[in-house]
Amino acid sequence: MGRRPYMPAIMGKTLYDKIWDAHVVATEPNGETILYIDLHLIHEVTSPQAFAGLRANHRPLRRPDLTLAVADHNIPTEGQALGVDAVADEEARIQLQTLARNVKDNAIEFFPMGDVRNGIVHVVGPEQGRTQPGMTIVCGDSHTSTHGAFGALAHGIGTSEVEHVFATQTLRQEKAKNMRVNFVGTPVPGVGAKDFALAMIGEIGTGGGTGHVIEYAGPAIAALTMEGRMTLCNLSIEGGAKAGIIAPDATTFAYIQGKPGAPKGGAWDLAVADWKGFFSDPDARFDREITIDVSKLDPTVTWGTSPEDAMPVTGRVPDPDSFATEDKRASAHRALEYMGLTAGQPITDAAVQRVFIGSCTNSRIEDLRQAAEVVKAATAKGLKVAAGVRAMVVPGSGLVKEEAEAEGLDKLFLDAGFEWREPGCSMCLGMNPDKLGNGERCASTSNRNFEGRQGRGGRTHLMSPAMAAAAAFAGHIADVREFL
Amino acid sequence: MQKFDRLDGSAAPLPIANIDTDQIIPKQFLKTVDREGLGKGLFYDFRFDFDGQEKPDFVLNQPAYKGVKMLIAGDNFGCGSSREHAPWALMDFGVRCVISSSFADIFNNNCFQNGLLPVVLKPDEVHALMAEAKGGNHVFSVDLESQTVTAPSGQTFHFQIDPARKEKMLKGLDAIGETLEHAGEIDRFEQKRRMTRTWA
Repeated sequence: MGRRPYMPAIMGKTLYDKIWDAHVVATEPNGETILYIDLHLIHEVTSPQAFAGLRANHRPLRRPDLTLAVADHNIPTEGQALGVDAVADEEARIQLQTLARNVKDNAIEFFPMGDVRNGIVHVVGPEQGRTQPGMTIVCGDSHTSTHGAFGALAHGIGTSEVEHVFATQTLRQEKAKNMRVNFVGTPVPGVGAKDFALAMIGEIGTGGGTGHVIEYAGPAIAALTMEGRMTLCNLSIEGGAKAGIIAPDATTFAYIQGKPGAPKGGAWDLAVADWKGFFSDPDARFDREITIDVSKLDPTVTWGTSPEDAMPVTGRVPDPDSFATEDKRASAHRALEYMGLTAGQPITDAAVQRVFIGSCTNSRIEDLRQAAEVVKAATAKGLKVAAGVRAMVVPGSGLVKEEAEAEGLDKLFLDAGFEWREPGCSMCLGMNPDKLGNGERCASTSNRNFEGRQGRGGRTHLMSPAMAAAAAFAGHIADVREFL
Repeated sequence: MQKFDRLDGSAAPLPIANIDTDQIIPKQFLKTVDREGLGKGLFYDFRFDFDGQEKPDFVLNQPAYKGVKMLIAGDNFGCGSSREHAPWALMDFGVRCVISSSFADIFNNNCFQNGLLPVVLKPDEVHALMAEAKGGNHVFSVDLESQTVTAPSGQTFHFQIDPARKEKMLKGLDAIGETLEHAGEIDRFEQKRRMTRTWA
């Protein structure tokens, strides 16, 4: 098909186009659009300066009813029942107390630390039924892209923009480009959404999605659970994308129905009828499109210090000199030195001292069940968490923790030698006491393997919950298929 | 927001791709409720060893780059976390302009909210500027009105910038104040939305 002329009246719209169009409040003469925001999620780390800005300018918060607050980034993952005043880290405690004061002053709904509904902001929004198709959702956190799994336009913003949303319930935006990634084929057992995401970022690069909203489509997406879709959309930002998005379907509606924030009774049917309109028209045009055959994927891990440093677990650490550009070669040399790895060694040779199952990427009930399957299989063989490995499981919310405990997963993990902790962002970013020591290597279900991300000098290998569980038993990076 | 029209000063080369916001300002500095004083944490792990001693090899620790006002960095600068602490830390350190071949979206937005100018040039132009920045003790100039960067040798590169963002930077406009001028339209949008989404 050749290049078509621009025909806005005739051409179909993408899912992103439709949500955008439904939220345009005004367009400035300079082309900037004022876009309405349906849901604003906030937390303790990126909101205090925004509240201070409102106060300094004597501006009211326009829609507290469209704002929801949690405490997640710097809370400890034990002793939460003791309350915020017992948090040992003084700076963290002040930040948490500041949030509590700000939400009270502005009449914002808040799930404080210790409340069973509290947890990681990107677990809580969907779990409460607040995240819905066709919405615009923002939060001062880059992993807000998670909510795109529901067919919402969702992305991270900075603190100045948090203040802008507080004051106006809108954002000034320029429209991004449309990109589509089609996932086709059926994955082998042991391969799932995390592997899809890492393989994609490995292909497009960590800046490959910059300036684009990526729609994920195809039969392999239709077959994913909502948890899997959230994992994939969550990692959109690691490919540089403005947002990730998936058209809502029966799986989406079934997840939302009955959640506290979901429409009830006759309103439910009206809502679903409305939500069914959020899909990309068959003749919609994408600026860029790629296809990934998931049947060809092995379980995927990262070897370096960027999420694009992805490789199959069956592979060997790449040679830095094999990269195409001088910048890439320099980055790869630096990454191997930081990671303490040698070019050409099998990645499964890398011994781990820590395992982290948690984060907004992989801490939902389905993630814990997938890890638990590996624990069951390993336990049946008489295995325990390997000597010298400290393995932590951190549920994404109090409700996930409750559900897992009702299924007996806590006992399964504890008996095998894992720690079972209280919810929060935890060691994904090491703002709380959970962090890696200098030189410690971690099999992690989180989203960033940046230098120092999980603790200064810490070495992070990103992988799925099942792969992280396998590493805990093996004591090194391992192919989960050997455990299933 | 601080205005930006023209900047003259020294520039430090950071020839590393994918410098993320965790590197620009590590997590331990995010536990503040203020915007000020973050310069002390800028590139902390690059600048200081585990004992808190300055690493003499790092470019920003070299005497020739004291008082640096610009950075010339590798591709995809500012990827990762949305933390606005990254531009706050750069500005508190005295940096008002970063030049790279690309910037991550959220960092780019955050810069424009604060009067920190992200300048995008072609990779070979960035490399040419990095070469001129070696050794320090020089003056680069960035002029927003004419959209040019001039190196010490006199070679000048033109950069593209969104006209709306350029105008705001030049005038130092308050985005919230501007948007509140549209309060009537926001009211009408909300009324219309209540009518069309009766189920919400």
